[in-house]
Amino acid sequence: MADIKAWLRNRFGKSARRAQEESAAASLFKKPETAPIEGAEAERALAERGRRAWEASGVFSVGWCTDVGRVRNHNEDALFILSSEQEANNAAPPFGLFMLADGMGGHQSGEVASALALRAAAGWLLSHVYFPLVDGTDRGADQPSLTDMVREAISHANRVVTRDYPGSGSTLTCGMILGDRLFVGHVGDSRAYLLRVGQPARQLTKDHSLVNRLIEMGQLTEEEAAVHPQRNVLYRAIGQGATLEVDVFTYALEPGDRLLLCSDGLWGAVDEAEIWRLIQEAPTPQQACVQLVAAANAAGGNDNISVVLVETWRGQSQGV
Amino acid sequence: MSDRKSEPAPEQKGGSAVNLETRRMRGLSQRLRQPLFPRPEPSVAPKSSASPQTHLVEEPLSGTPAGVPAAKPDGSVSGAAASAETQQIAGKPQVSYEGLLSAGVQLQGRYKILGVIGIGGMGAVYKAQDLRFPGVLRLCAVKEMINTALDSQVRQMIVRNFEREASILATLGHPAIPQVYDYFTEGSRCYLVEEFVTGKDLEARLAEAEGFFSEGMVADWAVQLCEVLSYLHNHKPRPIIFRDLKPSNIMLDDHDRIRLVDFGIAKLFQSGEKGTMIGTEGYSPPEQYRGIAEPRGDIYALGATLHHLLSKQDPRLEPPFSFHERPIHKTNPTVSRELIGVIDKALEYDINKRWGSAEEFRRALAASLSIKIGSGSLGDKTATFDTGVVKPLWKFACEDEIRGSVTVADGMVFVPSYDHNVYALAEDNGKFLWKYPTEGGIACKPWVSEGMVIFGSIDKVIYSVDVRTGHLLWTAPTQGRIFSSPFGELGHIFIGSDDRQIYAIHQMSGRRAWTYAADGEIRSRPLVAESLILFACQMGMVYALSLNREQRWRFRARRGFLASPVMHNGLVFIGSLDNHFYALDVRSGWAAWKYRSGGSIVSTAVIWKNMVFFGSSDGFVYALDADDGRVVWRYQTDNQITAAANVAEGNLYIGGVDGNLYCFDALTGAVRWHYQTDGPITGAPQIADGIVYIGSADHYVYAIPM
Repeated sequence: MADIKAWLRNRFGKSARRAQEESAAASLFKKPETAPIEGAEAERALAERGRRAWEASGVFSVGWCTDVGRVRNHNEDALFILSSEQEANNAAPPFGLFMLADGMGGHQSGEVASALALRAAAGWLLSHVYFPLVDGTDRGADQPSLTDMVREAISHANRVVTRDYPGSGSTLTCGMILGDRLFVGHVGDSRAYLLRVGQPARQLTKDHSLVNRLIEMGQLTEEEAAVHPQRNVLYRAIGQGATLEVDVFTYALEPGDRLLLCSDGLWGAVDEAEIWRLIQEAPTPQQACVQLVAAANAAGGNDNISVVLVETWRGQSQGV
Repeated sequence: MSDRKSEPAPEQKGGSAVNLETRRMRGLSQRLRQPLFPRPEPSVAPKSSASPQTHLVEEPLSGTPAGVPAAKPDGSVSGAAASAETQQIAGKPQVSYEGLLSAGVQLQGRYKILGVIGIGGMGAVYKAQDLRFPGVLRLCAVKEMINTALDSQVRQMIVRNFEREASILATLGHPAIPQVYDYFTEGSRCYLVEEFVTGKDLEARLAEAEGFFSEGMVADWAVQLCEVLSYLHNHKPRPIIFRDLKPSNIMLDDHDRIRLVDFGIAKLFQSGEKGTMIGTEGYSPPEQYRGIAEPRGDIYALGATLHHLLSKQDPRLEPPFSFHERPIHKTNPTVSRELIGVIDKALEYDINKRWGSAEEFRRALAASLSIKIGSGSLGDKTATFDTGVVKPLWKFACEDEIRGSVTVADGMVFVPSYDHNVYALAEDNGKFLWKYPTEGGIACKPWVSEGMVIFGSIDKVIYSVDVRTGHLLWTAPTQGRIFSSPFGELGHIFIGSDDRQIYAIHQMSGRRAWTYAADGEIRSRPLVAESLILFACQMGMVYALSLNREQRWRFRARRGFLASPVMHNGLVFIGSLDNHFYALDVRSGWAAWKYRSGGSIVSTAVIWKNMVFFGSSDGFVYALDADDGRVVWRYQTDNQITAAANVAEGNLYIGGVDGNLYCFDALTGAVRWHYQTDGPITGAPQIADGIVYIGSADHYVYAIPM
């Protein structure tokens, strides 16, 4: 309990805590029923309502862009974007689902695999997480945890692709946001990055590529990896058999955090510092995405390029 | 080197080594795996280059992989089903492709095909009868490799290499290596005729085994494998590198002797394909991916195989070369430290740090076997520390068990006892200061703030007494026995009761602000955080109320809650009697992750450095990653753990029903010390000024230096 008190102290600070105590203590005695509100209390209540409305608008600001590049003749990347907000009494928290898949398998099957993987995973998450969320279904132990849901959604996509298009494959990187919590599910070598104000960008996902493992072990340098004949060999991908281990993580988001999903057509072509610069300087996430794709094309556009950029609660950290 | 995009797999540089590529052909006998998957480069888009470069045929293929005949396995046959018996004919042909030899066909007028054993990327493996011995049924295995090279010069080169390598194989004589009887070429197909081995391969044995293989058995196999590797590596004029050692290539014959099968040379027939992988994903040494093949690569692969056999973790399902991140003792704590050390050395990334030869490896294995007798193992925890050094600073006897947790504040230790009293003791010497008697046992953790000690009793009443004098300040009645610990916040005390209500009591006056009815008895401590009141009840429900009692969400577990919620980083952590430990998103009430322990969880969690610690009635103390619920470490004690833990200065303190107070290195789970009391410990340790305070069911409260 001492830990919790310390945590509260750290979190709110002394004076903020006092203020919160006062308003909270007042609300302790407030009846759940809505009573007519007058005077100062009315002002406070309105401010509260206003804050919530403000909070609910533009929780996510999303940009995305995908391009075939300059060398290939078809685009095997696929994207899925959904963001949902509610304003109502006891509303469900904001929900966002952002996915990127990079197919492989030649001819038509690469894009078929990525599209199918995306549809299967998105459909699974919508029916198992999103609809119950909107319905207000009771949460309980009978449902898998959200990390298990994300894992199961990607496993489901894997089974569907393996069954319907054996011999093809796809990466799949999924960012699901529920309230202020981010869930990342990942297989392959597409990437998710978290950009937090005042902190260096963090790569959330690990490339499931052979050369990345060899780099981690000190058996290859980055430079050697970039030209290694097996640099495109993945050790995990959708569509490669009945069982698939999926990386799943959760993170607590902070106001102003940005989530970037991208295929190797971006990270393999544009260096990270340039990626961050373009994102920082672009006025909107959409413009950032367009510029990132342009930069990858300027660097040769050897591969399909796909980018999703999600910005959360822009400006909220300043308070209302 | 300018056009890397269409480059084949790197050339093998193993200068002096015989280029004996091994490649399994019994595709059907393989369990599902994660083939390394080459992704097509933009400049190369023919269909063949984009197909999975695997010789396995496990699922019906829509396209035709390069160099593979149009293999279409019968959909009714799964790889796993066929793996139980290798080199045994299944009841009916399981696969068919154009040109698959049917039963009755004779090759060279000598080998009569009896059936198909398996099918791989390069062709099939048949069970056949050698007609040269008409009086008896002499069985052999006939491996077929189909030469699909289009260029006639390449085709001839492949045939020449095949014949050269087959003739080398035919000269080998070792009891663990199946005899090669014959080889020949018919049209575009090359055949190798081998001794027919009955038995099961280790992959099949692994799949069947319920528990772990015994250490002695695995070490015995390992010694035999070292012997055969040693034979191969010392082959003259040039060493033979097996290059594909893995459980599925190791057979146990009917006499439980090791046979190294699949000296496949099918690899020759795959040369030139883009992205073809060398060796087996999961068992191959890292340097193989730089084109280096040498005897110590086989030592690594043997280490990898032994790791798999002992830990039962399939390396093909794990990141490549991740053995050191997955120590054997984590999944199988019974394996001796000595054997693990020997295997770890074989698995060094740096080739020069491995055992220098198979013979050296064999000697180390043999030595570890003899050391094992009569010495401790990693699982033998008592050998690792001396308990004699831990002595309590003082101890104090109550008149009955201490089931709740002590609280230290203002230089005093407040002890709830089942003898109906709360005691106040001097922190530095345990001197008795005062006690407050109630009408029932006390099983909570007193809350101390604003000069008050607040607690509930089984007599159904909440008490507030003066911290200095022990005089009563106020009481607040409930309708049920109180096991719940109070939590103070916002000038109020929150506490649950067996009357299924949670009470908000004004701390200064003792006046009841409100109550809220839950579905079951509330026996754990409520928590106020993020403007929510969180608590859990015996009916398995976790509640989140806003401060004005509106329900924000509920979460239903399969059984009740005795543990209390704690919060960290937007997650509410709580274990349930349904054996699960839950991390609930504080905003939505959804489980962000959950972890299933082997028993009911009563222990309240504690968080430190993004790790969450708790115990379970399965006897384990768990340390999980707070973000995703992965096990960082766990430690098995001799009895249930129902108490909450506490962390200070990198040490984790937790009491067990076995009577011990344990001190762990919180990062690693190594036991620093333990202290044995004479009764179960069910309360949480409290730490102040370098002293750990803990109560036990032996009636004593102990002050033990950290």
